[in-house]
Amino acid sequence: MTTELPSSASNTLMQRWRAFSRGTGPELMSQRRLAGPMPWVIAIMVALTVIAAAGGFALSNTASNATEALSGGVTVQVVEANPVERDRQAKAAARVLQATPGVVGVVIVSQDDVERLIEPWLGARAIVDQIPVPALIDVRMRAQVDGEVLGGLRRIVRNVAPAARVDAQSTWLKPVFGAINSLQWLAFALVALLSLALAAAVLLAVRTALGANRETIEIVHLLGGTDSQIAWVFQRAIGFDAAGGGAAGLALGLVVVMFLGQQFGGMEAGLVSSGALDWLDWVLLALVPIIGVLLAVFTARLTVIRALRKML
Amino acid sequence: MTKATDGETIQFDNVGLRYGADREVLSDVSFTLFPGSFYFLTGASGAGKTSLLKLLYLAQRPSRGMIRMFGTDAITMPRERLPGLRRRLGVVFQDFRLVPHLSAFDNVALPLRVAGAAENDLLKPVADMLEWVKLGERMHALPAQLSGGEQQRVAIARAVIGRPELLIADEPTGNVDPEMAIKLLRLFEALNRMGTTVVVATHDVHLLKKVPDSLIMRLDKGRLSDPTGALRYPPRPSGGFGARN
Ligand SMILES: Nc1ncnc2c1ncn2[C@@H]1O[C@H](COP(=O)(O)OP(=O)(O)OP(=O)(O)O)[C@@H](O)[C@H]1O
Ligand SMILES: [Mg+2]
Repeated sequence: MTTELPSSASNTLMQRWRAFSRGTGPELMSQRRLAGPMPWVIAIMVALTVIAAAGGFALSNTASNATEALSGGVTVQVVEANPVERDRQAKAAARVLQATPGVVGVVIVSQDDVERLIEPWLGARAIVDQIPVPALIDVRMRAQVDGEVLGGLRRIVRNVAPAARVDAQSTWLKPVFGAINSLQWLAFALVALLSLALAAAVLLAVRTALGANRETIEIVHLLGGTDSQIAWVFQRAIGFDAAGGGAAGLALGLVVVMFLGQQFGGMEAGLVSSGALDWLDWVLLALVPIIGVLLAVFTARLTVIRALRKML
Repeated sequence: MTKATDGETIQFDNVGLRYGADREVLSDVSFTLFPGSFYFLTGASGAGKTSLLKLLYLAQRPSRGMIRMFGTDAITMPRERLPGLRRRLGVVFQDFRLVPHLSAFDNVALPLRVAGAAENDLLKPVADMLEWVKLGERMHALPAQLSGGEQQRVAIARAVIGRPELLIADEPTGNVDPEMAIKLLRLFEALNRMGTTVVVATHDVHLLKKVPDSLIMRLDKGRLSDPTGALRYPPRPSGGFGARN
């Protein structure tokens, strides 16, 4: 152990970290305390968890931002071929809507705007002129629009404008929201699975370390070491290994997340850019390695104490 | 020198031990260790010396019988109290049991560290102790770099560094030259004079004569013979706990 083979840079880094973690006293556990690649396994797990969690947060932000923007919106279309009648019904509908409690804004979208909106789908102006275009009323509600509110609005509008169709704006995007929701749950399920895998990896590593140090544990035990004292030695060593791996994993994960964020940010697409992470999301991402370390330390303690209970 | 007087240190009553489902390796073992005495435990190889000592240093529970240590029932005692008892013992294991990746110094310092001693307070005693067993020069060597005899001296230094109330040594002189063996015996005697009860297991009969005041426990196929009655407590038969076969 005094003669060390020349090692790679990463090994040296790990050794320095371990030397630091040992503090002043000698290390009770042998140098091979966590089976070789363990810190790197933890690093990879943490990186993947950070990326999956960031994806989940982004999707969840997208969904809630979009919902917020759309949830108070109601669109009224007056589908009527006769332009005079269409105009009359639209105005009447707007009037009663304005007087309806809960409504904070009513705007009749000008015919020019409507035509501009549908131009990409229906093509040149010439065609537009020949096709009856509905009148559009954009209604803002104070609260979220649910089925009941929508039903109430329909009843009110139908009395004065039989040709009107009333829809919540959010219904247009239902399928998109459904997809976003599924992806979001997928991301969080991935996080859960990765946590499980991390715990399992730590458990195996601790078992291995425990086996490799069984003799030492027995000796310390016979010299009057308490279960807590012995567990602490493992907790500390494994905690430091996990912290090293976790920090590396967090760094890697954040680099990937920021890179992806930049890519999506450049897309200028409304929905995607509204998925930007806020500060709480970043804090939660930073918590991933900390939770990983706690998980590792807790697993180590449980495993060691369990093993010690079997000794006298 | 004053000897501890608060009754018996250790009491075994009708203790039996079997490993697994095998025959008993210890049967009907009853004795009392009188505080401050010096005991030799002898017997042929396989007679059960190490097994008896394992019961003494709380590494093994008996299959039957009763053991009292320092005034507590060592069998029914809750597990949390074992470390406290173990810290009052010093043990030289037959196979040394040095921590392989710790230096001689750190091995000897281990009981003090386990007991929570400050680093500053243990440097000198540990160095002195290693000096005394003639390992001052080798204190940074790992066990694997030491000879059998040197390892044994490290093991002994570790056992006595904490001034234990009961010193248990399993063949402590098996690997050292006769001169060193005598020297180590003198160390045990010195500790004994300061109040430590000493139990030394050996099959070296020459050793027995070197400590004039010692009491002898003989194990024969797992049974303890006590022809002189020296192992009874109170020393004179007065019934009660001391009824022997
Ligand atoms: N862990 C164990 N499992 C099963 N049998 C054991 C175990 N340890 C010892 N024995 C058996 O118990 C008997 C007594 O062994 P013990 O080690 O106590 O003898 P000893 O007197 O110390 O011998 P030695 O002088 O050779 O050290 C032996 O027959 C041995 O084979
Ligand atoms: Mg033996």
